[in-house]
Formats: sequence, C-alpha cells, structure tokens
Amino acid sequence: MIIAEQKPFDEIKGLIAGADNVLVVGCGTCVTVCFAGGEKEAGILATSLRMATKIDGAPQAVTHTTVQRQCEWEFVDPLAAQIEQADVVLSLGCGIGVQALAERFPKAIVVPGLNTSFLGQPTEQGVWEERCAACGSCVLGLTGGICPIARCAKQLLNGPCGGSQNGNCEIGHDTPCAWQLIYDRLQAQGRLHLLMDIQPAKDWSTSRDGGPRRITREDLRLTAEISE
Amino acid sequence: MDAPHPNGFHSGSRLERVLRAGHFAVTAELGPPQNADPQVIRQKAHLLAGVVDAANITDNQTAIVRMSSVSAGAIALQEGIEPVMQITCRDRNRLAMQSDLLGAYALGLRNVLCLTGDHQSFGNHPTAKNVHDLDSLQLIQMVVGMRDNKTFQCGDPIKGLEPRFFVGAAANPFGDPFEWRPLRLAKKVKAGANFIQTQLIYNVPRFAEFMDKVRQLGVHREVYLLAGVGPLKSPGMAKYMRDEVPGLDVPNEFVDRMTAAADGIDKEDKKGRSAAWKKEGIQIAIELIQQMRQIEGVAGIHLMAIEWEEAVRPIIDGAGLLPRPEPEPVAAAAPQLQRDADTA
Repeated sequence: MIIAEQKPFDEIKGLIAGADNVLVVGCGTCVTVCFAGGEKEAGILATSLRMATKIDGAPQAVTHTTVQRQCEWEFVDPLAAQIEQADVVLSLGCGIGVQALAERFPKAIVVPGLNTSFLGQPTEQGVWEERCAACGSCVLGLTGGICPIARCAKQLLNGPCGGSQNGNCEIGHDTPCAWQLIYDRLQAQGRLHLLMDIQPAKDWSTSRDGGPRRITREDLRLTAEISE
Repeated sequence: MDAPHPNGFHSGSRLERVLRAGHFAVTAELGPPQNADPQVIRQKAHLLAGVVDAANITDNQTAIVRMSSVSAGAIALQEGIEPVMQITCRDRNRLAMQSDLLGAYALGLRNVLCLTGDHQSFGNHPTAKNVHDLDSLQLIQMVVGMRDNKTFQCGDPIKGLEPRFFVGAAANPFGDPFEWRPLRLAKKVKAGANFIQTQLIYNVPRFAEFMDKVRQLGVHREVYLLAGVGPLKSPGMAKYMRDEVPGLDVPNEFVDRMTAAADGIDKEDKKGRSAAWKKEGIQIAIELIQQMRQIEGVAGIHLMAIEWEEAVRPIIDGAGLLPRPEPEPVAAAAPQLQRDADTA
C-alpha cells in the first residue's frame, strides 16, 4: 500500500495561512492503515490547528471530513458543497488524493498535509518499509521475491556491490543489504545459479523515465474513446 | 566476447602490454583536485612518472565533486602518465557515459575501470539524485560492446572509429557475502573485464582464501588481477579503516605495529612521531606486496596512497619493482587503426 507521513505541523500551518475557512479531508484507505491521514488523524489535526491558530491570535475555522477513497471520482464528488465553503482544502490523502481533489474542484486551493513516502508494508507495529518502486517491469521472479530496485540503494540488478557488510548496506547499519537478502534466500532454496546470469541493462521506459504512465483496458471501458 | 583487435590487443595500452608480456604490473591512484587547477594533476603525475605503469584517475571519489576523470586523465597523459579512467554508475546515465567514452578515447585514454560508485550520502552532495541507469556489470558489457561489436548500448552501429579500451573492474574480496565474492568476480570476467583491481587488502590469509576460490573457478587465467595495497599513515588511520570503513578488513596486528612505531618518541615531537608512523606504514605496504606477489593469480598491485603520492616511489622501490619494464610497442597498431579510420 501507499505509505505516507504527516508534514511537520509548522509547515502545515504555513500552507493554510491566511485562510478563514479550512477543510481537512482525510482518506479512508492506505493512509488510514498507516495512521497518517485517516478519520482519526484528520480530526486530531483539525483540532490542533484550531487551537494553535487561536493561540497565535489569528484563529482559523478548521473543519474536517473523511472520504473512503480520495483517488476515485465517485467518492470525492459528494464533497462539492463543503469544498465550496472552504478557502483552503487541506488534503490528508496521498499525492494522488490531493491531485484528485484539485482536478475535480479546479477553483479550490488544495494543499497537501502529508508527504507521500513510498509503496510498502508494515513490518512490525509502528514500522513501515519500502517494497516496490513501481518500475513497471517486475524482476521479483529472478531475485527470490526481494526487489533490488526498491530495496538496493543503487538499484543494482547484478549485486551486491562492495559496500555490503554484515548484512547491511553501506548507507547505514539499519538498512539491510537487499542483495544479501536475495543471496540468502536463493541459497536456502538451492537456486544460486540464478545469480550467475548477467542481468542486462534495464529498460527504464516502463518506469517514471518513460514519462507519466497510463494503462488503458479497452475491455473495461464503458464508451469508446473518441480518437484524437 | 573475447575478440581482440587484429593487432592482438584489446587497446594496446601500456598497462595491457605490460600484463600481456608477463610483467608484474604496478598501478597507483591519482585523485583529481576539488578545483579547476591542472597543476595539481601535473605535480602528482611527476611523483608517479617512471614508478607506475598506469595511474587510476578517480571519478568523483567518495561522491565528492572533483575534476572529471576524462579531463584529469588527458592532463596526466600529457605528463607521460598513462591513465586508467575510472567511471562510476552513480552520476551518469548510459548516454552520458558513452559520450564520455568516445571523448576519452579521442583524447588518447586507453584504460577504463568500471565501478558502481559510492553512495552519494558519503559525499558533499548528499541531497543529489543518483542515477544507476546501469550497474557495473552492465557498464562493462557496454564498454566491451562498443569495442568488440562496434555498437552503442542500444545496438546501433558505431560508424567510424570505435573506442577501444582495456576494460577493468573492481573486486572487494572482503565484501559480504564472502563466499559470493569470487563468483561475482567471475561474473565480471564473463561480462568482459580484462583486468581487476581489488579493494585494499591487509588480511593476506583471507585474501589467499579468496584467491584459492578464484583459481578453482579458473578465472585467474582469463583476467589480470591487481591486488589493492594502501600504506597506513598513522595508528588513527589504521583504527579508522579497521572500525569504520565498510568492506575493509584490517587485522589488529597492523594497528599495533603502527602504534608501536612511535614508541619512545616524545609525544610533543609530532613531526618525529609522524615520520616514524609513515616509515612503518611504508614498510608494511612493502611486506604486503611481497606476500601477495607469492599468491598464484596475482598479476600486479594497485597502490592507493590516497593524498600521499610521495609514498609511491619508496614503496615500489622497496618492493623491488623498479625500474618499470618498457613493454614492446604494438607493432601493427598504427596501420591497423589507420585502416579502420579509412574504411569508416
């Protein structure tokens, strides 16, 4: 899922400065599960902002609401009336949610309350780790189910580099070396021979390097697209 | 992959000719300055002239911005030092690397060392975006492909003179997983590496273990392996390298020897202590070279006297490696290259 964390409080205050009416919009999907922007966090943030702006001597009216998914039109459309009343909309969705609100309500000033961090999972209570870089061309079948694009600091396809030490990456003792993990997994499975093949230069065009990506499934579309 | 030029050499560089002739090769490191002053390169080159067969020109070493290895290499060449241009995957994509390779060859550079590159968090621009479009294995394939297949990485033919480099790669015998390191070296040779320069070696028994495995794989017959040696300057440096540098294995014995070197010298006599440490550091480096020379499959040494180029001559001299051999020139090289140019 998408992992995010709340921006520093002062940065958020700066983003909504000068607005009389602020609407905080939480999202009920990924950012709820990672405790960054769900209903509970939206409520706490709205309260905190009301208190802080009052103490600062320039009170702002901050209300909050939460939708199930900020990244789908059908869930954001019902917000129209509330957004109409707000001077600034503070989205606690991921970057996709922020953009969905901004696109659907182009007159509204929509600002982000979160930093969208990565695609990952909780590995223990209170800890989230990156697992996927959405490169558009999955190599997990070759690497024992451990992604070197997301988890190696140098995105090596023929690792590990010389900086792997005691299971850790050269960038820090709390970062496992992805290639040590891959080696250990394949060795345990008796499949180390997979690592002797040289993986060729990656085609990054399926990644962000190819420009913004889009998938079209004609079998799922309701109407034929009018050709340009 | 292994298709030498009709003249019998991959590039015909001095380093290649020294190794092919069976001489025990000596390379050193020449770090470009963190400024635009060509004099720094010239001064360092003069310290190395006649002492080494070639000098590695580092590429933004430890992710700190320095003069480019192409231009510093070209200046070294003017001073009579054959450069080994280092090229890392951290700062450039495949387009930039290929254009640099074309330019470097045009300027007369003939050796390349293909590296992954230290992570930018170590250097002076930790907020930079890193590239890693290719990894070091893919970089080797690309340089070899430009030379032997006369193609760019995309497969397009190089119309005209192709860059012909003697292609090197790095190996760290002490990186983890230890058992994988000889296989990773074999993989680099399979990708087309002609020579290998290793990370600094202080633990010779462990390195010998690594070389046993390399010989079992038969890789030592397909590649020239130069063992990395670095003189210690002080006990502090020895401790730092033992405790702090990822991928280094410095036995306590050397920390103790460096510490003992200044025994009996007054603590206030800083110059005297420093001189004693340096003398011991040079002596240790000489011993390491002599020990590693005995290991089958070691074709030479790569001396990394970082910001201490003055130490190179006494070490190489002390190890009995002077004078450096003058390898036979490439007899057919000039007409051959001319013919290529004519048919382009």
